[in-house]
Amino acid sequence: MVRSYEEINDKIRKGKAVVLTAEQVSEMAKTMSPKEILKKVDVVTTGTFGAMCSSGAILNFGHAQPAIRMERIEINGVPVSGGLAAVDTFVGATDCNPANPKYGGANIIEDLINGKELILEAWGKGTDCYPRKHIKTTISLDTINEAILSNPRNAYQNYNVATNTTDKIKYTYMGTLLPNMKNASYSTSGELSPLLNDPECRTIGLGTRIFLCGTQGYVTWNGTQFNTSKPVNEFGVPIGNTRTIAVAGEMREMNTRYLRAAYYKRYGVSLFVGIGVPIPILDEDMAARVSIRNCQITTNVQDYGHNYDHLGTVTYEQLQSGQIEIGGKKIHTAPMASLARAREIANILKQWIEAGQFELTAPVRPMPTNRSLKGLEEKIF
Amino acid sequence: MVKKIVISFPGESAGRSLTYELVKDFDIKVNILKADMELSRGGKLVVELDAEPEQIERAIAYMEQSGVEVSSVGSKIRHNSELCIDCGACTSSCLAGALSIQAPDWKLKFDPDKCVVCKLCLGSCPLGLFEIEFT
Ligand code: SF4
Ligand code: SF4
Repeated sequence: MVRSYEEINDKIRKGKAVVLTAEQVSEMAKTMSPKEILKKVDVVTTGTFGAMCSSGAILNFGHAQPAIRMERIEINGVPVSGGLAAVDTFVGATDCNPANPKYGGANIIEDLINGKELILEAWGKGTDCYPRKHIKTTISLDTINEAILSNPRNAYQNYNVATNTTDKIKYTYMGTLLPNMKNASYSTSGELSPLLNDPECRTIGLGTRIFLCGTQGYVTWNGTQFNTSKPVNEFGVPIGNTRTIAVAGEMREMNTRYLRAAYYKRYGVSLFVGIGVPIPILDEDMAARVSIRNCQITTNVQDYGHNYDHLGTVTYEQLQSGQIEIGGKKIHTAPMASLARAREIANILKQWIEAGQFELTAPVRPMPTNRSLKGLEEKIF
Repeated sequence: MVKKIVISFPGESAGRSLTYELVKDFDIKVNILKADMELSRGGKLVVELDAEPEQIERAIAYMEQSGVEVSSVGSKIRHNSELCIDCGACTSSCLAGALSIQAPDWKLKFDPDKCVVCKLCLGSCPLGLFEIEFT
């Protein structure tokens, strides 16, 4: 038996689609075969809510009278890109003013979505067609033209576990790592995580409609650092950081319950992004993929205190138990991404589909199949 | 041992030299947690003294003799649960077990009775939702 996108969407329109969250289907898979799951289930919803530094917003401010070609731009004192035409900018989530490192691009994005007025100051050299050299004003989502969340790399498929073997505390983007492996942190939602339910991206590609920060957004490309070359475990799950997605969506429709600025001590600002991807159960293979359970998803434990050394391999079941064992030592584990809110996202997406408000899209362009990751070589001139 | 005290003294300079004396004459590690200074009228310091119990006792006796008021403080951690996103990052550094997050609901739980006020959570919450409160 196979099922097409058209059949699924037809069922969605009639309010007859059977939709389960990835956790529900993993539970089901304990007693049912992929063949039985295929027969019963049309769509599986996934979710994640974690800090994703490679995020940002495209804004267009509109033209002032007389006009300015903005070449240096600050929003609430944070320098943002001045390299996009006259009145466009890209606010990177990690943009910041070193004098005030706790307020950055992520906070600008969150404040805008919360309806706040922010101070915009910009400078240009003055040209014949854009004579103005300076402007200081306020902006909000009501005053500007476009406000598009546009994230180059989100929803990492699997991720390392971080611990620290040194005798000094380390403040990292994986949280506070106590000395002598007193703790370890992990960051994906395991069996609920979007790209772990379609590990080869058979159904996720350009144009895939998704839940993005409270609204319907889209996958716009493969994410940066997209990597298909890592080893795959016996259950077909890539071990370590592999595939990623680029996403975009309308900021005016977003809700800061599913988008939040964050500051990691001595690291910097980041942005919590809420993403939910629907997985169509097209055939038995997809039914088997979404059946994956936390005990079958493995990842690497790395030493963030020393060169990212590989220390061992653990499952998400072990990580979620609150304790893992590495080299005979028991280590307290903590999540970095919110499983509670990831579940909320998967449930909202399920409701949207059940209510006929959200149809599935086949990828317009598939994800790359043969990608490895390059490093940066230092050259001295 | 670590003891937390409030020192109230008559002038700003007195407070400054006092912490210096604690370090130099009593060999105590002093960590200033909070300083409320008003130039002419003196001020208040909340400090942590880290040394052997006898050293701390001698230092407190000395301070009381020299006319400053010393009182012990309680401090507690306050958590803004309304803004909490239940990410769990703060539980990584709470070895006292006051902060926990686990199945089935994966919502953050804060048990103030287990808190030893180590303050590690203050720097661990990416949303800055913990505050220390002196009583
Ligand atoms: S102060 Fe220390 S013991 Fe108390 S909640 Fe924070 S981390 Fe836990
Ligand atoms: S780190 Fe902050 S936001 Fe995350 S669970 Fe703890 S208190 Fe909540």
